[in-house]
Amino acid sequence: MSDIADRVKKIVVEHLGVEEDKVTETASFIDDLGADSLDTVELVMAFEEEFGIEIPDDAAETIQTFGDAVKFIDQATAA
Amino acid sequence: MFDLTGKNALITGASGGIGGAVAAALHAAGATMTLSGTREAPLQELAASLGERAHVVTANLGDPAAVEALPKKAAEAMGSVDILVNNAGITRDNLFMRMSDEEWAQVLDVNLTSSFRLARGVLRGMMKARWGRIVSITSVVGTTGNPGQGNYAAAKAGLVGMSKSLAYEVASRGITVNCVAPGFIETAMTDKLNDDQKGRILTQIPAGRMGHADEIAAAVLYLASPEAAYVTGATLHVNGGMAMV
Repeated sequence: MSDIADRVKKIVVEHLGVEEDKVTETASFIDDLGADSLDTVELVMAFEEEFGIEIPDDAAETIQTFGDAVKFIDQATAA
Repeated sequence: MFDLTGKNALITGASGGIGGAVAAALHAAGATMTLSGTREAPLQELAASLGERAHVVTANLGDPAAVEALPKKAAEAMGSVDILVNNAGITRDNLFMRMSDEEWAQVLDVNLTSSFRLARGVLRGMMKARWGRIVSITSVVGTTGNPGQGNYAAAKAGLVGMSKSLAYEVASRGITVNCVAPGFIETAMTDKLNDDQKGRILTQIPAGRMGHADEIAAAVLYLASPEAAYVTGATLHVNGGMAMV
């Protein structure tokens, strides 16, 4: 697992209080990990700070799963 | 009780009668203040009278860019914004049939839209801190209506609906969102009334007198305090019994 995925996973585990092994590639923050809509906003805020990137609202809406988040941040930090 | 030591507060319209009293009350309770308004001189004067823990950031709340920048500048000056007091307000009174689009828009922009933008601007820090207080100064006329103030009453009633909606969203994060609704308070705004007008108003007030800015400040101080953690989405009416709602 990449360094980015590790860091994203750490944020998700800490913020949502879920077991690490539940945070799989396809795990949906809302449907599988118990996040409410405000949690997803806070996760995006935490990602922005951890990686020093801006995640615009329309992009944030496409980040539904752990895999989505890692993929987006991978591309955003590579640019 | 009501100790704000270590808390950082941003207040708009601080150069006005109520704004100045609120700023002084929060400051006296230990808060660090950022005083905002359009005119720098009276703000600097107020800051000087408060002494330490007082910053000045001027902003025209009719200018969206200035409104967006204000919470950032306040956070730079103080380190964070833990308490936001949306106090600034303007009036552009006119009979409804004569009211221009501009009179409507100016009042809505300054009194309502700027409060939305400021609240949005301070929420990120409050969410992270798991603590925040947003208090908006509304008006008795937002509840009762007032001839000649269709725009002002709409903006003030709008603040109540906005505050309640936001209160729902952020209650679980330790952030409360409330309103204080003054009745007739002795300020520069009400000084303009003549004795005849004042006399008529007083007949509507069971307390038999106008209120003091300090009495509004005390209500804001309570809602901003740690002790008011369980009060959210509320409007505290401070009007001498003029409207018991």
